[in-house]
Amino acid sequence: MGTTINFDELRRRLTEGSGTRYWRGFEEVADTPEFRAFVEDEFPNRTPDWNSPSSRRRFLTLMGASLAFAGASACTKQPKEVIVPYVRQPEEYVPGKAMFYASAFCRAGIAKGVLVESHLGRPTKVEGNPDHPESLGATDIDMQASVLTLYDPDRSQTVTHDGGISVWGSMITALASAREEAGLKKGAGFRILSGTVTSPTLAAQIQEFLTAFPEARWHQWEPCGALAEYRGSVAAFGAPLNTLYHFDRASRIVSLDADFLYWTTPGSLRYMRDYSTSRRKAAESGTAEAPRLYVAESTPSITGGMAEHRFRMRAGEVEAFAAALARELKMDAPGGAHPVSSVAAIAKDLDSHRGAGMVIAGAFQPPRVHAIAHAMNQVLGNAGKTVTYTDRVEANPADQLASLTELVQDMRSGAVSALLILGGNPVYDAPADLGFLGAMQKVKTRFHAGLYSNETAAWCQWHVPEAHYLESWSDARAWDGTVSIIQPLIEPIYGGKTFHDVMNVLLNHGDRSSHDTVSGYWRARRGTPDFDDYWRISLHDGVIAGTAFPEKTPPAAKIPAPSPAPARGLEVVFRPDPTIGDGAFSNNSWLQELPKQQNTMTWDNAVWMSPKTAQSLQANTGDTVQLTLDGRSVKGPVWVQAGQADDSITIHFGYGRTRAGRVANRIGFNAYALRTGSAPWHSPGVAVSRVSGGYSFATRQIAQTMEERDPFRVATFGEYHKDPGFARPEEKRVEEQTTLFPILEYRGYKWGMSIDLTACTGCEACMVACQAENNIAIVGKEEVAKGRHMNWIRVDRYFSGPLDDPEIYYQPVPCMHCEYAHCELVCPVAATVHSAEGLNEMVYNRCVGTRYCSNNCPYKVRRFNFYLYSDWNTRSLYGVRNPDVTVRSRGVMEKCSYCIQRISRAKIEAEKQDRQVRDGEILTACQQACPAQAIVFGDLNDPKSELTRRAGQKRKYALLEELNTRPRTTYLARLRNPNPDLEKG
Amino acid sequence: MDIEQPTTTAAGIDPGPAKVLGPGHDYGTVTDKIGGVVFMPFTKTPRQLFIGFACGFVLANVFLLAITWLFIRGVGIWGIRIPIAWGFAIVNFVWWIGIGHAGTLISAILLLLKQDWRTSINRFSEAMTLFAVACAAMFPILHLGRPWLAYWLLPYPSTMWLWPQPRSPLIWDVFAVSTYATVSLLFWFTGLIPDLATMRDKARGPVARTIYGLLAMGWRGSARHWSRYQKAYLLLAGLSTPLVVSVHSVVSFDFAIAILPGWHTTIFPPYFVAGAIYSGFAMVLSLAIPVRRWYHLEDLITMRHIECMAKVMLGTGLIVAYGYGMEAFIAWYSGNQYERFMYMNRAWLGHYWWTFVLLILCNILIPQALWSHRVRMNVRAVFAISLVVNVGMWLERFVIVVTSLERDFLPSSWNRYYPSVWDWATYFGTIGVFLSLMFLFIRGLPAISIFEMREVVHHLVHPEEPSPAHGD
Repeated sequence: MGTTINFDELRRRLTEGSGTRYWRGFEEVADTPEFRAFVEDEFPNRTPDWNSPSSRRRFLTLMGASLAFAGASACTKQPKEVIVPYVRQPEEYVPGKAMFYASAFCRAGIAKGVLVESHLGRPTKVEGNPDHPESLGATDIDMQASVLTLYDPDRSQTVTHDGGISVWGSMITALASAREEAGLKKGAGFRILSGTVTSPTLAAQIQEFLTAFPEARWHQWEPCGALAEYRGSVAAFGAPLNTLYHFDRASRIVSLDADFLYWTTPGSLRYMRDYSTSRRKAAESGTAEAPRLYVAESTPSITGGMAEHRFRMRAGEVEAFAAALARELKMDAPGGAHPVSSVAAIAKDLDSHRGAGMVIAGAFQPPRVHAIAHAMNQVLGNAGKTVTYTDRVEANPADQLASLTELVQDMRSGAVSALLILGGNPVYDAPADLGFLGAMQKVKTRFHAGLYSNETAAWCQWHVPEAHYLESWSDARAWDGTVSIIQPLIEPIYGGKTFHDVMNVLLNHGDRSSHDTVSGYWRARRGTPDFDDYWRISLHDGVIAGTAFPEKTPPAAKIPAPSPAPARGLEVVFRPDPTIGDGAFSNNSWLQELPKQQNTMTWDNAVWMSPKTAQSLQANTGDTVQLTLDGRSVKGPVWVQAGQADDSITIHFGYGRTRAGRVANRIGFNAYALRTGSAPWHSPGVAVSRVSGGYSFATRQIAQTMEERDPFRVATFGEYHKDPGFARPEEKRVEEQTTLFPILEYRGYKWGMSIDLTACTGCEACMVACQAENNIAIVGKEEVAKGRHMNWIRVDRYFSGPLDDPEIYYQPVPCMHCEYAHCELVCPVAATVHSAEGLNEMVYNRCVGTRYCSNNCPYKVRRFNFYLYSDWNTRSLYGVRNPDVTVRSRGVMEKCSYCIQRISRAKIEAEKQDRQVRDGEILTACQQACPAQAIVFGDLNDPKSELTRRAGQKRKYALLEELNTRPRTTYLARLRNPNPDLEKG
Repeated sequence: MDIEQPTTTAAGIDPGPAKVLGPGHDYGTVTDKIGGVVFMPFTKTPRQLFIGFACGFVLANVFLLAITWLFIRGVGIWGIRIPIAWGFAIVNFVWWIGIGHAGTLISAILLLLKQDWRTSINRFSEAMTLFAVACAAMFPILHLGRPWLAYWLLPYPSTMWLWPQPRSPLIWDVFAVSTYATVSLLFWFTGLIPDLATMRDKARGPVARTIYGLLAMGWRGSARHWSRYQKAYLLLAGLSTPLVVSVHSVVSFDFAIAILPGWHTTIFPPYFVAGAIYSGFAMVLSLAIPVRRWYHLEDLITMRHIECMAKVMLGTGLIVAYGYGMEAFIAWYSGNQYERFMYMNRAWLGHYWWTFVLLILCNILIPQALWSHRVRMNVRAVFAISLVVNVGMWLERFVIVVTSLERDFLPSSWNRYYPSVWDWATYFGTIGVFLSLMFLFIRGLPAISIFEMREVVHHLVHPEEPSPAHGD
């Protein structure tokens, strides 16, 4: 047949004539018998012809056909797209394989080391950097969610001038002329306002500017920063010092309203690791003693949830409690009344553990509490052992409130002609009594650089988008002083500029890149000979070796005179929001939809009050109340919170935004509007009046208690030693292999997971990590209210005990991967099936959405796409998705897969090397993020695996074991170490 | 020409004490009476029929709107959520399937049991069965997250060699419901053939004659036709009989197979079947009583019929009551914490406790009035009770589906179910579809079997002859 084809004839026909016009007549040409033969040869069943001797000729004919088709396709217009090439071609680049780069995430200026997963040059997931002293491989919710902020379509995308679109060049001109103008007066009238700066390079740049323009000033303001610590340290030691806590060495801990496990606390990841590890080790060894934690606090926190003894008190009473504790320790610390009757027992406990105890003052407590804590630690011999001191990590430690107040006064008096705001949002978050906005409007030229065109940017003539940290070169210090280099993973998506770029303009180095600025700083510090190696190693490791601050020994702490006893009556307590924080990341929907640990509320802040307070105010959950303090007032809905101190109401920052973006605008109320500089964290004398009712919240969990079902099992160490099997009571136990069916055997891998409830603090980092890893969609407040949230791993929260002062338990619940999985039984289309390794697998594209599997799941871990929840339209969000995980469409069920993409990746690697997957090679996203190391995944068939070791403990139990589902995810019961002198009953 | 009209000796017959037929009827009057409903001019058609049809048609359009929106947006428009992943759709499915039970029971089982009173209501209830099953069968498809893939539940040779998962009761459902629908349709249509021939012969216009003629499939009423016809009819009756039991047993497996407290119950199959017959008879009464009045069919659907149906309702209602009792007893007797809690939650702890109270009232307490002969002979009372039972049986399914799901094992996942406006629109929409179809059927086809009524007449005239249709 091939012999009849005259290729040249066809080519001649196609090419001769009047050129390109004939391409439109393609079909005419193609319709010839010769061409039909060509087309036939394209069919696979004709491929044996390739083996024929005349293959060269055949090859040419096929080439001709493809050429003809190429001509046909050339008639369609290709969509116009911008292709962004690599700035620098990554080494060892394999398409489809993720690359990891070390960098650092900064919250309130403090760095936390990260490893960023990059697919095809786009960062998709943030992991902790195991080499970083705080992270040690773990992450918190904020770090995990930061990758979503990178792709946030609401981020500022262009330089603006007076609200209109402008260009960076114009802003350079404006900055330069402001500099020239100020230069005539040695810089007088030029002010820089930044948040906390730990970046040595940025500080050096600002310092260089201040040297050149000595009359210029640098102010700092961080709304939820370390103000009280700074002041406390100055009060106690006469110098600002940084306090580090070593939970691995502490067996008696007293927290004075210190939420040290909470992610806004610098060092919290390390603290949680150390604290939970020593609890876990104690539970595992059976001999070591677990740390005993006493917490005095007004607002329930996750730290309070871990406490053996939690003392509810108004925030204003903590100082009196601290003073009373100090007096018990024979110290001179006058103080007023407080509600704790057992101070002597606590003091005795601390006294009998000299050098192994620890007193921590909370970042939200006044300086005197810090001073008392410092003094107690010194008296008890803890200083230098469990508590150490270093220089402060801020490049320019300052009393930030005084700094901001000075700026506002100068602005008001007209002494400021140009203001450059580097990040932050003072119009929104400055203390309400300062009148920041009014003062700022007196400044002639105002510049703002920030990730968002926020409330402050709206009042500045110039705004430049800040580069996200994943787009930036920079450096920053961790809570212990260790420096990390921040390196970009991607070109600035919206053309953002770093603060180094902005400062370079002021320093007349407009052509110097951020990279050169940062590396130049370190080159100058290090010297040239081996700098390149040093730089590369520092970049690779994510930390610069040897930059942690050396330990310092402070002088004996002085306790300042007591502040006047707080007035009785209602106090209002200000706190950063449990998931949103101070409001910088309000527009992050992962964090908005993350349940607040204490009440599982999402998408809202509220006025928290105890049941007793609510009763006396005749308010109930859902009532809107007006809070009035010093003539300022806000309106917000009430949430009656178990565990809240009586006569103390807590409101959280981060809400009530007006220019945050489409996620956060107009939700909640702005708690900053009540906050004053004189009482930044709590203030008595708030008036509450009920305005209306009927506000509805979207909470994740409705039931508050365990209803006698004991999904969460807990005992004291004493009880555990007496009855090690307490977690598996007789009535809940099912004998192995109780079944009518043949026993399933797992000869290869047998994946499983163990969750240690002794270690778990309920921080919810696992939930955000899972969301980022598995492309889990956001559903919005209305859908959460209906119970349609999508998280694959949830953290159940149960109250136990009295209504006003219950214990709070947190229990992470992923899919149990039951061996006898009820979901598999009822799926009519085999969309959820059992793997040979015991995974309960979900096949999205087979699912028709009967939802029977969810009905039949006793753990209710399955999530259903009731609508098209995944955002398929916002192009900028395409980037954040993990390409290894399907983006689900409407109408399909989904659930935890034990991160099957990670299992597959490790198995492929292992098969290539002809070996078994090693223990610890597979980390599920939740496990990797967990700062407490409560979650362990592994192979139950491997007798040496960490999982086998952990799950072999006596305190292991399976959730709903009595149903004989044989879950692969098992729990280790929580063990507590209460003070026998204090234990009730 | 009416070729099959036998000659009668008397101008009218005396139905005697059995009273399955009013007095004074012969072969001709029966035929005219039933056929007359169909051939009645539009001007003479009872106004209630138009009003009824209009209501049904409006609701049917609401249904169309509801499912259009459903297909555009997804099942999220309903009130379902986690953990209450099944809601109105499944409640309605079970309710309609239950209603669809009366027809086959009346046609097949009562035929085999030689209940002569079944004759004037069997056609009617078979049609009701068909339409109810049609309404029911829509729900399992509509409730899917991806309804366009519903065919994946069918065993067809796909290119991926994927078959349905046979352990799932939903697959059993597919077979049970489709078999039932097919057999019901065949049974109904077979029963219609001689009557369609009568209609063909009586039709005046050429259009009607052609349509009825086509549907009559060449029926001539010869002895051979009758002989084969009766064998076929009997065979179909035999085939349908086990289906009456199997369909609702299988539907009950949807729940009984699950591990969920409140669903995982072995009494479900018999209790569901009894409940189905209960609701089916209630629906037949709810429909037959008004139609009988509008068309003045009191002679054909006599008080005897109504009383018999009321007795069946009373009997099956008592079986259902026994089922409730056993559920409560086993919840206590099992000593199972979850079972006990489930029952407490259902009856008074849960926020839907009132549905349970209403259900007991509707399904158990109120129908006890049927013990009284006076009540059974009171058409209005029987009609009211039948409506109450319909509501009660819907509530029963609601209680089973929703309250069990609301609070299962782990308190952390407990939630509350609230139906959305689209849930109601879909539910009432199917009622509209059902009513529209029923009224169209009454207007277009003989709602009472003509030939079987003539057999009744024949039987009354010649009481010594056994009725051939009764399978002797």
